[in-house]
Amino acid sequence: MAAVKQTVEHVQSLEKYKHGFVTDIDQEFAPKGLNEDVVRFISAKKDEPEWMLEWRLEAFRRWLVLEEPTWAKVSFPRIDYQDAHYYAAPRKKEGPKSLDEVDPELLETYKKLGIPLREQEVLAGVEGAPRYAVDAVFDSVSVVTTFKKELAAAGVIFCSMSEAIREHPELVRKYLGSVVPVSDNYFACLNSAVFSDGSFVYVPPGVRCPMELSTYFRINAAGSGQFERTLIIADAGAYVSYLEGCTAPMRDENQLHAAVVELVAMDDAEIKYSTVQNWYPGDPETGKGGIYNFVTKRADCRGDRAKVSWTQVETGSAITWKYPSCVLRGKESVGEFYSIAITNGRQQADTGTKMIHLGEGTRSRIISKGISAGKSSNTYRGLVSAHPKAKGARNFTQCDSLLIGKQCAAHTVPYIEARNGQAVFEHEATTTRLSEDQLFYAMQRGLSQEEAVQLLVNGFVKDVLQELPMEFAVEAQKLVAISLEGSVG
Amino acid sequence: MLSVKNLHAAVDGKEILKGLSLDVPAGEVHAIMGPNGAGKSTLSYVLTGREGYEVTQGSATLDGDDLLALAPNERAAKGVFLSFQYPLEIPGVPALTFIRTALNAQRKARGEPEVTAPEFLRLAKTKAAELKIDFDMLKRALNVGFSGGEKKRMEILQMAMLSPRFLILDETDSGLDIDALRIVADGVNALRSPDRAMLVITHYQRLLDYIKPDRVHVLSAGRIVASGGPELALELEREGYDKYARAA
Repeated sequence: MAAVKQTVEHVQSLEKYKHGFVTDIDQEFAPKGLNEDVVRFISAKKDEPEWMLEWRLEAFRRWLVLEEPTWAKVSFPRIDYQDAHYYAAPRKKEGPKSLDEVDPELLETYKKLGIPLREQEVLAGVEGAPRYAVDAVFDSVSVVTTFKKELAAAGVIFCSMSEAIREHPELVRKYLGSVVPVSDNYFACLNSAVFSDGSFVYVPPGVRCPMELSTYFRINAAGSGQFERTLIIADAGAYVSYLEGCTAPMRDENQLHAAVVELVAMDDAEIKYSTVQNWYPGDPETGKGGIYNFVTKRADCRGDRAKVSWTQVETGSAITWKYPSCVLRGKESVGEFYSIAITNGRQQADTGTKMIHLGEGTRSRIISKGISAGKSSNTYRGLVSAHPKAKGARNFTQCDSLLIGKQCAAHTVPYIEARNGQAVFEHEATTTRLSEDQLFYAMQRGLSQEEAVQLLVNGFVKDVLQELPMEFAVEAQKLVAISLEGSVG
Repeated sequence: MLSVKNLHAAVDGKEILKGLSLDVPAGEVHAIMGPNGAGKSTLSYVLTGREGYEVTQGSATLDGDDLLALAPNERAAKGVFLSFQYPLEIPGVPALTFIRTALNAQRKARGEPEVTAPEFLRLAKTKAAELKIDFDMLKRALNVGFSGGEKKRMEILQMAMLSPRFLILDETDSGLDIDALRIVADGVNALRSPDRAMLVITHYQRLLDYIKPDRVHVLSAGRIVASGGPELALELEREGYDKYARAA
């Protein structure tokens, strides 16, 4: 009996972070450390044109004089930037052109993660089920992008960043760094120097992208980081919905993930960007290991009436430092931010958004739900600002924090700057503790403690979950449950 | 049905129940009356397994099964239901979702199949109509923004839908006007049956005009100090609890 119990417990502990496995595959690395030669190495690996290399080197030189920011409410030992590989990729024969040439180990990995890479597998699903195209990024490279042909027929470009630099240099040169400038901040600048891959999307004027697009980021190699770069452009009147997912193996070391995402929405265009982030959070007891998720995400509503929605479900990472933002430049443009951030164990999250109202009649909406459990710390940090020209700008912000247990912390740090008298900003914030009374009430009705926590938490995050594309909302709901396992009692 | 023997229970190290014994056979309704602080709510929490209510001595069984060894949800699956004196608000969770999740959790624990959606909706509609609850209210978050009377009616609705075997009503009449009291009492009386038993905890005799008890017990200072027929409730109403408080 004892053995059975042990097995059961073991399986349960595995279930807590079920993406923690490592793929055993032959990989090649850049030499450890960071210098101009490593930047040149990465650029050469990707067959980049001269202008791209120059751009990177310029970023690297600027990075050398920047200081790592310390204002976030997170603490961690100093990162040794020389003690990591800035490029890791599965060793391959000359560029696989079709899925059949992709290493079976990789296909197996994505299968295990539940990510459909074979188009026919996607199609073989339930009739009428929504389809989505996938760009799969494994450590530093994109291994495959699906449905490219069908998307191309609609005029949509969906490919890896490396491919975009080679195939669509005019678009990349026009937009890359136009939303997040090279030296915007320490981590964005680092990314600009060493970014390896990511996704590129261009939706031409008036086109509604015929399916959901998604990128699946996987960190596999030890002693490396992931520095991906994503650029999405919705031209006038275009629409696109995009989702990213992230996982990593369980390792005792901390791994750095410093991504940059830039979105550009022109007149009447709409971009919906959803994230389900489940990087390895580190050991819940000791806090050992886990991903440092230091990410810069920004959208530019460049055109009039443009609209961008950020939806994020943040459950993983040892440390999250991330503020998906909207620059509301176009008249009557709209920015939205819906966030669920969950911290458990020893995780630390400092996350929120910036809504920068520049244009007349711009509107924004922020709904943030932070849940802290275990010994974790969860901070909402947000800025809403109105420029003198942003007459009639409106913002509504709602920040709710839920505490589970007695050893966690929640903080709300809102910054509000109105530089004209006609902006209307509303801010509501609540902090509640998951009450013993509510738990007992639900348990008296027949729910186990875990089920009761799940039900109460799902009620708490409902407003945000319903913003996710349907098929991911279900996944996210499960993820919320798994992240909070063992958080009570 | 329920058998409680020499039950001692403490909260924060302070003994509240001091040797309580009680038998409620199937088919009967027993009332527990007593002054404030006698231990009435403690009894309901001890029987349902609330954390922080520590049993130091004695036993409580339901049809011979040791209740005290079970988690609150396991007791619920065995058919123990508590109608709360102060029902809790559950933000973001529609009443229908809450009840269905509870019902299925109980059925699963008993090894029964889950209730189907049409079956569940039919049941909810029937029971809501009986309790004069607007069905649309069940789509709203449970108890959030409900009046005191609406919350109590929602308790009885949950009770009717979960169909428990042993029912504890804790001060169900508090906060109810006379019309609401009648509706709630009708709902409770509809659940009376030979294979069910009820424990009605109340401060006032008023509720017992509507829910007629078979036996009345006086709880004072953590013990049952007197038991009798329905006439005992009337006597208490006339003379108060003074003499029992002294006796304890």
